[in-house]
Amino acid sequence: MSDLLTVLIDGILYSSWLFIVAVGLTLIYGVMKILNMAHGSLYALGAYAAASLAGYWLNHGFLPLGSYGMLALSAIIVGLVMGPLIERGLFRFMYGKDEILLLIVTFALFLILEDVIKLIWGVDPYFIPEPYGLLGSLEFAGLIYPTYNLILIGVSIGTGIGLFWTLQHTRPGKLLLAVIHDREVSLAMGINVDRFYLITFTVGAMLAAVGGAFTAPTVSVVPGMGVEVIVLAFAVVVIGGLGSLQGAALGSFIVGLVRSVAVHYLPEIELFSIYLVMALVLLLRPQGLFSTVEARKI
Amino acid sequence: MQKKLSFFKPVSGCFIITLLTISFILGGAIGAMAAEEKPVKIGVVTFLSGGAAGPFGVPARNGAEVLVEALNAGGKVPAPYAAKGLGGAPIELVFIDEAGGATKQVTEFRNLVQRQNVDLVIGYISSGDAIAIPPVAEELKKLTIIFDAGTPRIFEDGSYKYVFRTGAHATMDNVAAALYVLEKKPKVKKIAGINQNYAWGQDSWNDFEGAMKALSPGVAIAVSQMPKLFAGQYGAEISSLISSGAEVVHSSFWGGDLEAFVLQAGPRGLFKKSTVVLTAGETAMFRLATQMPDGTVIGGRGPHGVFAPDNELNRWFRKAYQDRYALFPTYPAYKMVQAILGVKAAYEKAQAAIAGKTPNQDQIIAALEHLTYETPSGKVEMALGKGHQAIQGTAYGTVKHVKGQLTITNIKHYPAAKVNPPEGVKSEDWIKSGFKKTK
Repeated sequence: MSDLLTVLIDGILYSSWLFIVAVGLTLIYGVMKILNMAHGSLYALGAYAAASLAGYWLNHGFLPLGSYGMLALSAIIVGLVMGPLIERGLFRFMYGKDEILLLIVTFALFLILEDVIKLIWGVDPYFIPEPYGLLGSLEFAGLIYPTYNLILIGVSIGTGIGLFWTLQHTRPGKLLLAVIHDREVSLAMGINVDRFYLITFTVGAMLAAVGGAFTAPTVSVVPGMGVEVIVLAFAVVVIGGLGSLQGAALGSFIVGLVRSVAVHYLPEIELFSIYLVMALVLLLRPQGLFSTVEARKI
Repeated sequence: MQKKLSFFKPVSGCFIITLLTISFILGGAIGAMAAEEKPVKIGVVTFLSGGAAGPFGVPARNGAEVLVEALNAGGKVPAPYAAKGLGGAPIELVFIDEAGGATKQVTEFRNLVQRQNVDLVIGYISSGDAIAIPPVAEELKKLTIIFDAGTPRIFEDGSYKYVFRTGAHATMDNVAAALYVLEKKPKVKKIAGINQNYAWGQDSWNDFEGAMKALSPGVAIAVSQMPKLFAGQYGAEISSLISSGAEVVHSSFWGGDLEAFVLQAGPRGLFKKSTVVLTAGETAMFRLATQMPDGTVIGGRGPHGVFAPDNELNRWFRKAYQDRYALFPTYPAYKMVQAILGVKAAYEKAQAAIAGKTPNQDQIIAALEHLTYETPSGKVEMALGKGHQAIQGTAYGTVKHVKGQLTITNIKHYPAAKVNPPEGVKSEDWIKSGFKKTK
């Protein structure tokens, strides 16, 4: 029984991390039809910014609890700077073009940003482990888990509910749904579509950076850290259905749980487990679990 | 006026002839000097970008820069390396980034040899690259020194004339780790592993598992986790390792994966519950410092860094490196120095054998085969692979924080013959035989 509980807890923890890194990707695709390969770089930028900002905060002897604020602030800064810069500076010239071309453009952007990160931060790793251990630990099923994991779950659930509520229950959210449904009719009805694209991409970039910033205390922030994330995020959104928020949530949960089961019971297939799920979903439901053929994606 | 001219003509003629003679003599002398001091161009291939740059590539490049600068100045490096450059010839380094995979590295190698006309190549941290390069080195007939990559397969599965490896291979790390663990915990019953799922991680775990079973036949394997390279998140694996009840956990993790694993497993109590052995832990110990838990067993893939002997070469190198980079040199820096000093020792041995003339590549190769030479990490013997593969002793130690400073205690050294297979015996067979063929 405690074994099963451990598997479930590990699965949920991994799922919440996966959801944070995948939700921005699916949001941008849902609205803009751009499969953003540079999502991984934005995640890495969030982690680097968090390491620098929270590191500065802690090194100057400010209140340690404030370092959590610094993690959030660094994600906001990265989103507000990089979102408009990329959307206004690059993507707006690409709308209406082939999705494959857009994919290549975002891949180019990914490569450029990887080098930008190296130019700014160099190749040495950065650490900010303090926020991870600051809140102490909890014991579940006979195992110790840092309380920080609860923050990750909180950020993940908060992000999901916040996005869902904004889209379904606020005026801008409903206008955005109209843009998703039909861009041209929305334009004709007087909706400023360009502004919605800008806001969506900025929020998407911010979500990627949130993922990086809140992961930073648990890892070594190193060049190339975004590569692995983009592969996983793609797997999650493909399973859930490209452009679907609920799909990203369910995809994260399935992947997290399957991976946890594999690690605990069959470590040999762990490497393959996520892609096995992805292959099965693609075989049985090629559009993903939540995606439908209709235009409305969110 | 006419007379004056007739007077000056012969004088000026003599003067011009004299000048020409002097310049001819001087020019000849300068030409001869230039011929003597033609630099030896070395292509150095090491990770300058990607996840392996910080822990491995950059310290290796730094090591090369510190040493070559001192060698070119002449008289700065302690004996027997006081002579300038390589036997008087200055050394010129050309750095190439190892990132990008084996196919790219083969192209880069061809560029180095055919376009940049390097005299030799020193490099390769990745085992994948180190396996891909030797056939090309043979094809292009270019002396190539592998300084770090760990896979035993290079000289166990192949035989090369132009390729050498001046660092011991990974079998040594894991056999020594098993010996250390059993000295520390002789009654160990259950072991577990967490290694990256590619050649390095799998070979390391196989060697460790094999060595443990050979040395302590009753030992059981609780679990072997093989997460993907650069996975970064190890929550479930850590739970599994803790739940398995293993008394010893082996890991050959390196770089960002190693650091993330320590950061995530430390607060969860894995290091308190089990003795964790990190075979490549030395590269991360200074960066992680207080995060590296007490009791962790750490290796440096040879007697490098904190495990290096207190000899004059090491004292010089450590100080020169720290003066320049304000950092303690880690094992990749030592292994790079070991490679360059191996070339220097062979070059000067070959030079001495031909009365001080410039040796050609074949003469340097002949001198390097079966060579024994001194380094900041102690003695290196080119004993395996028909004289092309180095062996060396190694050491392990245990982390202990003293007054907030990370120190390594209980350091145990293992002689080269005890932790390396004998010539002609494959590592895997040697371990399986229970090390019976040890010389």
